Amino acid sequence: MNMMRLKQDTVTLAHGGGGKAMRDLIESVFTSVFQPDGMEDQARLMDTALQEPGARLAFTTDSFVVDPVEFPGGDIGKIAVCGTVNDLAVGGANPLWLSAAFIIEEGTEIALLRRIVESMRIEAEKAGVRIVTGDTKVVGRGSADKVFITTSGVGVIPAGRTLSADRIQEGDVAIVNGVLGDHGAAILAARGDMMLSTDIQSDCQGLDHLMQAVCAAADVRACRDATRGGVASALNEMAEACGLAIEIEETALPLRTEVKGVCEILGLDPLYLANEGTLVLFVPEDQAEAALAAMKTTEAGQGACIIGKAKKGPKGQVTMRTLFGGARIVDMLVGEQLPRIC
Amino acid sequence: MEGLRIRVRGQVQGVGFRPFVWLLARELGVTGRVLNDPEGVLIEAYGPAATLPDLLRTKAPPLSRIDGIEVTPITGEAPTDFVIAASEGSGAETRVTPDAATCPDCLEEIHNPSERRFGYAFANCTHCGPRFTILNALPYDRSQTTMAPFAMCADCAAEYTDPADRRFHAQPVACPACGPKVWIEPHHDAPLAEAAARLHHGEILAIKGLGGFHLAGDARNAGAIALLRQRKMRPAKPFALMGTLDTIRQYAAPSDAEVALLQDPAAPIVLLANRGSLPSEIAPNQSTLGWMLPYTPLHHLLLDLLDGPLVMTSGNLSGEPQVIGNEEAREKLAPFVDAFLMHDRDIARRIDDSVERITPHGPMVLRRARGRVPGTLPLPKGFEDAPQTVAYGGQMKAALCLIKNGQALLGHHLGELDEALTWEAFQQADRDYSDLFDHKPQVVAVDLHPDFRASRHGAARAEAEGLKLEEIQHHHAHLAACMGENLWPLDGGEVAGIILDGVGLGPDGTVWGGEVLLGDYTGYERAAWLRPAPLIGGDMAAKEPWRNALARLDQAGLPDWADALFPDKPLAMARMAAERGLNTPQSSSAGRLFDAVAACLGICPDRQSYEGEAAMTLEALAQKAPPEEMAFYYDINASGSRIDPAKMWEPLRNDLENGVSTEIIALRFHSALARAFACAAVGLVQQGRARAIALSGGCFQSALLLDLTCHWIEAEASSLGIKVPVMHHTKTPANDGGLALGQALIAAARHLG
Ligand SMILES: [Fe+3]
Ligand SMILES: [Mg+2]
Ligand SMILES: [Zn+2]
Ligand SMILES: [Zn+2]
Repeated sequence: MNMMRLKQDTVTLAHGGGGKAMRDLIESVFTSVFQPDGMEDQARLMDTALQEPGARLAFTTDSFVVDPVEFPGGDIGKIAVCGTVNDLAVGGANPLWLSAAFIIEEGTEIALLRRIVESMRIEAEKAGVRIVTGDTKVVGRGSADKVFITTSGVGVIPAGRTLSADRIQEGDVAIVNGVLGDHGAAILAARGDMMLSTDIQSDCQGLDHLMQAVCAAADVRACRDATRGGVASALNEMAEACGLAIEIEETALPLRTEVKGVCEILGLDPLYLANEGTLVLFVPEDQAEAALAAMKTTEAGQGACIIGKAKKGPKGQVTMRTLFGGARIVDMLVGEQLPRIC
Repeated sequence: MEGLRIRVRGQVQGVGFRPFVWLLARELGVTGRVLNDPEGVLIEAYGPAATLPDLLRTKAPPLSRIDGIEVTPITGEAPTDFVIAASEGSGAETRVTPDAATCPDCLEEIHNPSERRFGYAFANCTHCGPRFTILNALPYDRSQTTMAPFAMCADCAAEYTDPADRRFHAQPVACPACGPKVWIEPHHDAPLAEAAARLHHGEILAIKGLGGFHLAGDARNAGAIALLRQRKMRPAKPFALMGTLDTIRQYAAPSDAEVALLQDPAAPIVLLANRGSLPSEIAPNQSTLGWMLPYTPLHHLLLDLLDGPLVMTSGNLSGEPQVIGNEEAREKLAPFVDAFLMHDRDIARRIDDSVERITPHGPMVLRRARGRVPGTLPLPKGFEDAPQTVAYGGQMKAALCLIKNGQALLGHHLGELDEALTWEAFQQADRDYSDLFDHKPQVVAVDLHPDFRASRHGAARAEAEGLKLEEIQHHHAHLAACMGENLWPLDGGEVAGIILDGVGLGPDGTVWGGEVLLGDYTGYERAAWLRPAPLIGGDMAAKEPWRNALARLDQAGLPDWADALFPDKPLAMARMAAERGLNTPQSSSAGRLFDAVAACLGICPDRQSYEGEAAMTLEALAQKAPPEEMAFYYDINASGSRIDPAKMWEPLRNDLENGVSTEIIALRFHSALARAFACAAVGLVQQGRARAIALSGGCFQSALLLDLTCHWIEAEASSLGIKVPVMHHTKTPANDGGLALGQALIAAARHLG
C-alpha cells in the first residue's frame, strides 16, 4: 500500500517541510495505521458515555522522551499510549480518544518509526481507545533524540466515581498491582549495556481494564500511576494530599530478584525506580480482599498485593518499616541522589 | 559602708551555687545578698569579704564551672544578714545543667542502713542526679519536670527549703516515702535481687536508666552476649560495659587520666585498652572496650548485688533510637529480654551515653550526649558580638548548635535523620534548645548538601521566619569547629586544616572528604586533596568496602588484583557503572580509602555491619604492630594539590604476598596517609600561608591516625626548622557530631564581617 511511496529509509528535513514529502510520510507511516478508514484532521467526538447524567470529562496530556527508544518489553510508542491511558485510568476515567504528536530527529530510520507506530496501534486497541488526531514535526540532527511523542487523552469518569487523595482515611490500605521498578531497571540495562541478565522487561502496560475492575469491586479512594519518581513519589504525593502519614512494609514490597540485584549493585532504591504500568491505590481495609480479587482477574493485576497503610502521624510523612523493625523516612526524590553517609 | 559587688559567670545556676555562697558568707561573717540573674550569679557583700572571690573559685560546688569573676567596689547601707534573694530579670543563658552521676555523699547514704535513703534507687542532691533528662519545660522547677507527680514528703520538703542542706532547691529530691519506685516485670517482691539473680543466670534484662533503657547481660557470660547479639540482630558492633572501678581494674588498666574521666560527673563510656579476659564477642576485632561506672543509685544498688561487669547496650530496635517509655519498652523490647527492671519516673528526653577516650594528645569525644549537654562552650575572641545563630549539622550524627552571648550550646547526639523517631527527636531538640537558650536567631546555618534533612529543615525555617540562610561547605565546617573549640581568635589568620572524613558535598558538585583546606572562619580554599575515585553505587560504597578497593585498584592499574580479591562480586557491572558514571560520583573521601585498604586485607570486604567497622578494625590491627614500622610507610604521592594513593597498592600487595602481617601493613598505611597530609599542611605553614594546623573530620576519631598525624607534622616541621601549632578536638567530636559548631561559627563570622 502507501508504503511504496516513501523512497528514503530515514527521515529528512524535507519530511517536515509541509510539502508532498511530508504528506507521504504522514500517510504512509501514521494515518494508514491509526485510521485506515481515512484521516480527519480534527476529531468530532461523540459518545453515549458523555450523555449519562453525572458523568464528567477527563483530559490529560504527557510528553514522552525515552533513551533508548526501544527497550526490553516495549518502546516509546507503547509508553506514549500506555502513559496517557493510565493517566486517565488512575483518575477513574474510562479512556476513549488520544491525540499523538511526534517530533522526529532528522536521520531517524523510517523502519523504527513504523515499529513505534505499530506498537501504539496495538496498545490503543488493547485499551479500546482511538488515536483520532496527530501532528508531525521534523527537526535537525541533535535537536531531538530520534523521536519524542506527546499524547493527549480524553476519557469519561462515570457518575458517582470520585478518586481523590484527600479521600484517603486512617486505616486505608495501600495496594500495588505488581512488582516494582521493572521499567526503570530495564531502561538502565538497555542504556548501560550493563551485562545484565536480559530477563528484566519493562512493565509497560495499560491499566484501564484493571482500574475498571477494581473500581467496580471496591471504593477506591485514590490512585496514582507510579511513573517517574517511582512508588516513593506516588506515596508522598498522596500522603501530602490526605494529610496523614503512610507506612509501608519493606518485607511486603513485591520485587523481582533480578531488579533487587541490579538495585543493590548500582546503589539504587527500587522505590524510586520508574514504572510504566504500576499503580498504587488506597481502599478501606475491609474492602482490601475484594479489591485484590478484582485486580487479579485482569492481566495487569496478577501480582496485586498490600504494601502498607495510611495512619496517624506527621502529616505527609511516608515511612518504611524495615526488616529490623525501625522506620525509615521515604522522601520525595529531589534531583539526583548524592551520597550522604559521612 | 564599703562593700563588693561580685559577678560570677559560667555554669553557676541549678548547681547549688547560691546556698554555697550563703554558707560561705555566714562562715566569714559577711552580710548582703546573692541572686541569679540573666548573666549568672550576682553577690553583694559587706564586711570581711576580701577573700570571698578566691574562695568562690577554690570551693565551688562540684557541678559548677566558673568562666569569670568580676569584682567592683560598692557603697551602701550594710544589711544585718546575708540572704538568698529572688532571681532578677529573665532570659538566663542556660538554666538547666547536664545530668550528673551519683555523688559520694548520696552514695554513702544509700549504703548506710541508718539513713532514710538506705537502698533507695533515686537518691540525689544538688551535686548529682537527673536534670536535663527529666525536664519538660522551663524554668527548671520541680513542677516542670517528670518529678511533678511525686509530692514531696515533709522530710524532703524540709531539706529542700533549708539553705544549709545539700538538697536545698534540688528539684528531683525524693525518698522512699514520697519518690519514684522500682519494680521488676514479671513481678517479684525484691526487684533488685531478682534482677541480679536473672543476670547471673545469663538472662537479658531491660533496665530503665536516665536517658533511656539499656539492655543488660552478664559481661562474663559469652552465651548471654551471643544471645543478646542474636536477639538484637547486631552481629559485631561493640557493646558498652558497666562496672565499679574495682571491677574495671580487673579487666583493664586505666591510667589516672582515664580514671578521672570515668569518675567525671558526666560518667561517660570511656574506651579502655582491652586486656582480653572478657569474651571477645563484646567487641569483636577491637582493641578497646567501652567502660562506664554506675551513674545512678539504681545502677549502684544492682552492681552491689553482682560481683562483675554488665554489658549495657542501648535498648532499641536496630537503627532506631533508644526506647524511653515504659509502655514503649514493653512493646518493643519484649522480644529481646527476659525481664524488665522498671521505675515510674518518666524520661522526658532520650539521651544516649556519651562516649569518650583518652589519647596521648588528651581527651577525645566520640559521642557527646548524657552528662555533657546542655553544657555550653565559650566562643573564641572576636565572637562577643556574634548574632544569635542556629546551625543544624549533618545527616548521620545529627546535633545542632546555638550561639548566643558569646557562648555555644552544642546539642546532644541524635543519630541518623532518615530514621523516623530520630527525625522527630531532632525537631523536638530544635524547639527545646531554642526555649532553653531563649534563642531568637538572626542567622541559620546548614550544610551545602541539599538532601540532608537538617539542611532542608534549616532552609525552611529561614524562609518561614525571614532569617539569613548560610550554606556551609561540610569540611570548612569541620575546620571551623576545630578552630572554635580551640578558641582560635576570629582575627587569628588562616589555618591549614587536614580534614579526613567520610563524604561531604563540595561546591564543585563532587564529593569531598580527604582535604587540606586553607582558611579561616569566613572562607577557605581547597589547597590539596586526595585523588578522587568513584563511589560505586553512591552510599552503597560506604556500606560495602570491596567497592572502594575495586575503584582504587582499577585506578592504580591493578585490576587483576581486584579480580583475584573479589571473585564473587559483580565486578563487570560495577566497572561498567563506574565507566558510565551511573550513580558513581567522584570522591576524595579519606574514609573510603580506609575501607579500600581494609577490604584488601580481608576486613569485612562484603559489608560493614556498623558504621566505621572497617576503619576501626584496621586501626585495632595497626595498634598491634611494632610502632617502629611506621617508618616504613607506603608511597602516597603528594605533589602540589594532588595526594595520590595509586602508588601504594603495589608495595602493599607485595607485603601481603610476602607474608608481612596485616598488623604491619595496616600501620604502614596509616602512617603513609598521615604523613602525606602532614607534609602538605606543613608546606602551607612554611610558605607563610597558614599560621597553624587543625585536624578534623570523622577519621580523626582514630587515636592512631591522630597520633601519627601529630608525629609527622612535628617531624616535618622540625626538619624544616619551623614551629607549627597544632589544634585538634578534645571537647567536641571530630566527626559530624561537632559539625554544627563549625557551621554556626562560620555563619556568625560572615555576619560579623
Ligand atoms: Fe563529616
Ligand atoms: Mg501527565
Ligand atoms: Zn548527691
Ligand atoms: Zn520524701
